[in-house]
Parts: sequence; C-alpha cells; structure tokens
Amino acid sequence: MSGYSEERRYNRDVETAIFQYVAAFLFLWLLTGFWQLQVQNPEIYEERAARNRVRALPVLAPRGKLLDRDGRVLVDNWPSFKVMLSRDELNLDSLPLIAEGLNIPYDRLRERMEELRDSAGPEYQQIILKESLTPTEVAFVDSHRAELRELELVRSPRRLYPREGRAAHVIGYVGEISESELNADEFALYETGAEIGKAGVEREYNDSLTGTDGSRLVLVDSRSRRIRDLELVEANPGRAVRLTLDLDLQAVAELAMDGRRGAVVALNPRNGEVLAMVSSPRFDPNKFVGGISAEDWMALLDDPDNPLLNRSIQAQLAPGSIFKPIVAWAALDSGVIDKNFQVHCGGGATFFGRYFRCHKAGGHGWVNMEEALKQSCDVFFYNLGKELGIDQIAKYAEAAGLGSKTGIDLPHEEEGVVPSSRWKVRLFRDRWWPGETISVAIGQGALTVTPIQVAQAIGGLAMGGVWYQPHLLPYGEMREMRPGFEPSEPKRAHIDPRHLDMILQGLWGVVNDGGTGSRAMIPGVEVCGKTGSAQRVSRKFAQNNDDPRLLDDAWFVGFAPCREPEIVVTALFENGIHGSYAAPIARDVIKAYYDKKARIEWTRRQHDEAPGRPEPPPVQSPSLASAEEETAAR
Amino acid sequence: MTGERSWRDIDWTLLGTAFVIATLGVLEIYSATRATPWHSAHLRQMIWIGIGLGLLWICSSIDYHWLVGQSPLFYSASIVALCMVFAFGTTVNGAKRWLPLPGIPNLQVSEFVKVVIVLLVARYFAGLSREKVTIGAIAKISATVGVAVVLVKIQPDLSTSLSYVAILCMGVFLAGLRWKWVAVGAAILLLAAPLAWRSMEPYQKDRLTAFLEPEKDPRGKGYQSLQSKIAVGAGGVWGQGFERGTQTQLRFLPEAHTDFIFASYAEEAGFMGVVFVLSLYFVLLMKIVNNAQTAPDAAGMHVCMGAAALLFFHVFVNIGMVVNKMPVTGIPLPLMSYGGSNLMSTFMLLGLVNNVRLRRFTN
Repeated sequence: MSGYSEERRYNRDVETAIFQYVAAFLFLWLLTGFWQLQVQNPEIYEERAARNRVRALPVLAPRGKLLDRDGRVLVDNWPSFKVMLSRDELNLDSLPLIAEGLNIPYDRLRERMEELRDSAGPEYQQIILKESLTPTEVAFVDSHRAELRELELVRSPRRLYPREGRAAHVIGYVGEISESELNADEFALYETGAEIGKAGVEREYNDSLTGTDGSRLVLVDSRSRRIRDLELVEANPGRAVRLTLDLDLQAVAELAMDGRRGAVVALNPRNGEVLAMVSSPRFDPNKFVGGISAEDWMALLDDPDNPLLNRSIQAQLAPGSIFKPIVAWAALDSGVIDKNFQVHCGGGATFFGRYFRCHKAGGHGWVNMEEALKQSCDVFFYNLGKELGIDQIAKYAEAAGLGSKTGIDLPHEEEGVVPSSRWKVRLFRDRWWPGETISVAIGQGALTVTPIQVAQAIGGLAMGGVWYQPHLLPYGEMREMRPGFEPSEPKRAHIDPRHLDMILQGLWGVVNDGGTGSRAMIPGVEVCGKTGSAQRVSRKFAQNNDDPRLLDDAWFVGFAPCREPEIVVTALFENGIHGSYAAPIARDVIKAYYDKKARIEWTRRQHDEAPGRPEPPPVQSPSLASAEEETAAR
Repeated sequence: MTGERSWRDIDWTLLGTAFVIATLGVLEIYSATRATPWHSAHLRQMIWIGIGLGLLWICSSIDYHWLVGQSPLFYSASIVALCMVFAFGTTVNGAKRWLPLPGIPNLQVSEFVKVVIVLLVARYFAGLSREKVTIGAIAKISATVGVAVVLVKIQPDLSTSLSYVAILCMGVFLAGLRWKWVAVGAAILLLAAPLAWRSMEPYQKDRLTAFLEPEKDPRGKGYQSLQSKIAVGAGGVWGQGFERGTQTQLRFLPEAHTDFIFASYAEEAGFMGVVFVLSLYFVLLMKIVNNAQTAPDAAGMHVCMGAAALLFFHVFVNIGMVVNKMPVTGIPLPLMSYGGSNLMSTFMLLGLVNNVRLRRFTN
C-alpha cells in the first residue's frame, strides 16, 4: 500500500477502483436475474401472468326438458347460482367468513376443506361449495370478491320437477356423478362435479338430455373484479325429450293410488307406448337437485314403504288370478282341454295327495272356461294346471313375456320368475314335484311378475298374440334422436281366434256380467279384465299374524275395447285384500282415457263444423295447470 | 474561491443521467397509478423533482467544507428529529416513519438523516490519518452513527438503518481497512447469524423465508416476490408496452409505483429497458466515484463515496428484491420510486457530489 503520492495523502484510487469493480460486478449479477426471467424463459411468467388475469368460468348448459305426449312440460329448469371453490386459492383463514356468509355450519365446512386439502386430486380443480344460493348468499359472494378469491359464482340452471312427485319414478332425478359412476363406461365422458341422471328417464336418456357446456374467459384484476369478457363459447342446451306418458292419465292414476302402496301401468298394446306409470308411495325428486341432504336421504332409505322403488317395473310379486288367462290360453292352445271342458267345483279338490281349496268356500258348481274366468274358479284352473304340467305353463307364460325383462327404456327393471322343471334343477338342484304345479296354475307358488309384465302379457294376449315392447319414448322421437333407430319387432305367438273369443268372453264377463271385476265397469265402454288376489304367505301363517303387510295383494288388469284394445291397465294394490279393490283404479285410468278421447273428438268436430271459428284451445287438465303454476312460482 | 467556479464545471453527465432516470420514474408512476386512487402521483412526483433540483442547487452552492464542518450540529438536530418522530410520528403500515409538519406534507426524517451521516462520516475520517485508524477510532464513530441506526431500526425501518451502516462501512473501507479486521468481522458475523435470526421480528423472518422460497405460500408473504417475478418475466425482451403491463395495470403487482416500480418498469419496458436504466444507474455511480477520485481533499472524497455507497445500496437492494436476488424490504429505488423524502435526499446527495466537483481545483 505504498501507491499514493506524497502531495495527495488522501488519495484512495485503489479503494474507489475496488468499489467500481464490485459495483460493476453486482450490476451484472442483477442483470443475469433479468436475463433469466425475461430472456431465457419468459413463457413461464407470461403464462403465470395470464393465469393471474384470465379466469375460465364454465357456462353451464341446461338439461333438456321432459315433455308429455302432448308436449306439456313435465320437467323444466330454473335459473340458480352455485358457488365454486378453487382449491389452489384456498385459504383456511377465510373459512369462518365463508361459513357465515353461505350459512354452512363451520365445523362441517372445515372438515370438508381439510379432507380436500389432504386428497390427491389436482390442485386447480374447482369443487361445488354450495348450490342453489339464496339472493343474500349471492350478494355475499359478489361483495367479497377481493377477500375471497377462492370463491366463484356460476350460473347453473337447476332441474325443476313436478310437485308431489308426479311421475317421479318415470322421470327419476339428477345428482352429482359419483366415484363409481366416473369409472363406468356409461359416463366415460363426464368429469367430477358433473350433474347426471341418476334414475328413470333422466338416467336412461342422460346423454341426449345433457347439453354441452360453454365457457367464458374473463379478464380480472387482483381483486377478482371482472374487467371484461375475453371470449365466450355459448352453452348448447340439452335436447328436449317427449315421452309417451299422458299427463292426464298419469294424474288420474296417481290420484287413484293415493294412500295406497302399489303400482299402475297403462300401455297402448297396439304399439307398446306407456301412457301412465305410477309407483306408490312417490318421492319428491326436487330434493335430489343440488345434492340431497343426509336427513332426507336417510328418511327415504328407512321408509318401510320404500318410496324409491319403482314398483311398476321392480315389484316382483305373485300375480294370483290375473295369471289365469295365460293358463287358459296354454290349456286351449296345447289341446289338453277342448272348448267344452267343464269342471265341478265343490270348494276345493285333492291333487297329488293334497287338498287345494277354491277361494269360494261353497264352490262354483259346474263351470266352463268362460264361467271359470268370470268367477275366478280355482278348482277349474287346478285341473288345467294338472293337465298341462309346469313346463307347458312356463312355455306359454314366457311366450307372453313373463319371466324376463320387457326391455322398457328404464334402468333397473326386474325379471320376475316363471318356474319350470329346469329352473328348479338349476336353482335348487331338485326335481319339480307335480303338486307345485297346482299353485302355479292360479298364479301362486314360485311365480312372480312385475306390473309392467302383466300389462304387456295380457294386452298382447288380447291383441291376439302380439306383444310390443313397452317404451317411454315415441318411436318418432327415437328416430330423431338416434338416426338409424329401428323399433324392435313385436313378439308373436299363435292364438286360435276361437280360443281368444272364449278367453275374452270370460274376461268381458268378469267386468260386465257379475264377475269379480264389476267395479271396473264403465257405461259405454267395452272393458274386459281380470282380478287377482295373491297370497303373500300361506293362509295359515297370515291367520296367526295380524301384520297388515301380510294381507293379500290386490291385482287388476283391464283393457278396452275387448278386441285389439287401445289401452291396457295393470293396477297393483299391495295388501289390498281382494282384486276387486284394485279394479276401480284401473277403471279410473281407462275412463280418463276415453273421456279425453271423447273430448278431443268433440272439439275437433266443433272446429270442423265451423271452420271460421278460431282454433279451439288445447286440451287443458288440472295436472297441466298445476305444473305450469309451479314453473311460474319459481 | 467563487470566482473560479463556472457553469462548465457542473457535472452535466451526472445531473443529466439523474434527470433521465427521474423522468422515466414519472412516466412509470403515471402508468402504474392511472387506474388507481393515486392517479395524480406522477404530478406530485414532478413537483418533488422540482423541489429536489432546488435542493441540489442549494447543496452545490454552499461550500461543502462548511457543511462537513457543521455536521455534528446537523447530526444532533437529526437525533432530536428522530426522537420527535418517535414521539409524534404518524404510523403507516405499522411503522412510525413520518413526522407531521404543519403546512407541508409529512416528511420521512430518516431519509434526510442519510445526508447528515454522509457529512458526519466524511468529517470524522477526513481528520484521521491512516495510522490513527484503530479499532477504537472505528468503534467511536460506529457508536455515534449507531444512535441513529437504532432509532431508525425501532421505527421499524430495517433497510434505512442498514443504509446508514453502508455509509459507515464505506467510510471505514476508505479510511484504511485492515484485512485482519475483515477476517475477524466475518468470523463474528458467522457466529452471530443464528443469534440474529432469533432476535428477528416475525415479519422479518417471514420475509426472509419468503425470499428463499417465494412459490411456497403465494397468498402470504411470498406474494410480493412472486408477483414481482411474474411481472418481470412477463415483460420479456421488449416489454409489454407503456400502460400495457397486465401485472401492473390489473394491480397484481403490489406497491407498483413505490418499492416495486422497477418491476412495473421491467414489465412494460422489457429486458432492453432494464439494460438501459441499469446502465444509467451505473453511469451515475461511476460519475460519483469519478468525482471522488478528483476531489480536492479527503473530506470531498469521503462525501462523494458516502453518496455512492448509499445510492448503490439502495439500487442494489431494491432491484435485487425485484428479481428475487434480495429479500423483500421496504426500500425505495432512488430517483424512480414515488416519494418526496427519498427524492429530495437523493438530489441533496447529488448536490453534495456536484459541490465537491465544483471545488475540485480550489485546493
């Protein structure tokens, strides 16, 4: 350090030079920082900046409406808001504020958030925090954009189902897709949080009903305030689906079933269209919209009446005497009896060493086919059963569609059981005892059917052996929805017209000639039908128990007119004691059908006679009015 | 003495550079605040620059020897003022830094104390020959400056108090540093680091951790560093354009017109703009050092180098913070950041440097 001169002892050229080099070096070091960020990979930060300012918001597509056969709205949508939560923005400190503003119990919210934080799903995913916000809650989220960046309001159209569970079992309901459904092929295209049809038509035609969601890119500032829309892809609403269901008939059938457990199925046997389908008790699908509450869900599951069960396709019960027309056909067609065959009923008879009683204690005396159907004489059919044997009965029952799914376009249909010797061996590794056949001949024993099977079987029999597949979507609608769709051919079987005459004669007598189903009589309408009273347990067991759920099930299957009927109605009234109590239910539906037909006919004639007059108003019904009121009230 | 000074002796490069930087600052303040409640900040900044130029002229005119001579008096007044801040100061963001004065905007006293400390350190070491620079002598000036350091530190304003230390260190370095001391000092620092960590305020610890891992907690303390990094990166080579930086305009970048103004500038002007302004700062510093080298005496040299040390500290820590090379501290960027006190003290320092230059031939 001897560099500095004598005259300038304060000279610090070395030190100042060191400072200059150090400063230059450190400036270059800073510059490398800018180089890395701005020159080497600015894309990363451009992308981060874009993520800061651009938010993608889903624009949810409303599901397609469901319409009845006349185009009346069964299921509509109503506008609502839901609030989504972005996991990557989540700040646990803001939970108390969120809980208070959205009226969610804090403990439950916290639990859910902690679960979410620990779960493995992708961080950027948004989850639904709450659906169907009240206006106050919407205002809360809107006014707290700056503090609660994790929340996002999304307009989401909600399902609006008819009140009081009208047609609930046909319609089904929607819900958030579950883990197991996500893995199923059926829902391969759906993502977490998607709303899908869970039951009924909502599920069966989910793909058509589901629209295509759009999206909106929004420019936001640091306080999440929207500056402007950058891009908008409109949502494509789902397709409106028209059903074969007739709202008027449905309403009448539901009214008739009020306070009773059971089911009603009304079909057009000429093409298989389902005109009404009721299962009672009903449930309110609106409770499922936006996630059913745990209490409501438990209440539905714990209900001994099992409201979620669609009895019309899922109740598998002994048909009782409504099976007799099938046995009659089997006996006549297979030739085990001739048309003059008669039996003397003395109130019971012994077969294979066991005494079988007729339902009428004193007996029916001498009965032929017509009389046996009319009075539902058991002894006559015991004899037919004995002559036929189980496998002959099974052959004809299966030909009429019993023992297998009808293939109606609803999920979870049941098959029922048509017992046969092969069935017995397969299931019990045992041979069929001829004595068992006697019970089956009157629709008891191992035989079980669903209400829709009965409607299809008896309707097809009355059609002269043509069984159309029941369906809820008109074929025209199906062709539009799925190009190339061809309706399945009806199943056919040979029925001798003379045999059919005999059977129909008997079934006409049931209703119109002092038979068991007189309560189904409608003046001016040719109604045929058959009652059935099916035992749930042995008579002895039922006598020793006064559980009302062990009482006989009441069945009635009626159709009109007798030949080539346009409507067939099955009514099942569980524990209704006697089939004659189910008859009025079917009568109401058939009457409603003919009343409506007459009304339409009348209005059309009025119009034709005075063509200058304005178009008559469309057929109105109380059920339609209430559905519209409901829509308007929301 | 006065007769030998002329307009040509004024350091025009120094002043021109400073003026260009300040102008860029005004533009960036305008861009960053135009859609915010502070949208007239650039006008006030222009007024401050005007006042600053006036102070620069005053600080160039009065002979620096007199100013250096009076520095103990100034320093005493500074301590009194700092105590007054402590007693009557206004609290902003949890720190008591501003002294409310009737009729004029609140002043940040600690900014002006910088100028006084430059003078005080210059006076002390100019009177000390190299042989007399002992541990004891250094301890004496450290203790004196330490009073101001502590008073500012407890405001709390760590970065400004550290800037005083920077001036002191430069003084010691120039006065005659023994390498032995450096070694001992480094050893002590290494041993004291854990203790220092323990005595830090929680917010300081947070800032330091956030500095080391800015991505870990994007909504918390690391938010500022991360947003700054995003802003700089989004600027790219050519920048997004004046008034076009989204990080700045949509206010994702915090303190965009004050502490993080260089991030705003980097977003809108890009790497090229950054190189330009960093070059200007470098030229500014080199001119100051140049004036120190041509200073007529030790006091002048110390004044210039003190100013250089202080400006360098500010520029380096502030810009380092913008590119995540330094922890986030509330330190303004001289000449660019919005704020009257810092602008005025910077112009005063430049005035002192010019003062030394004007008198370089008079010895």
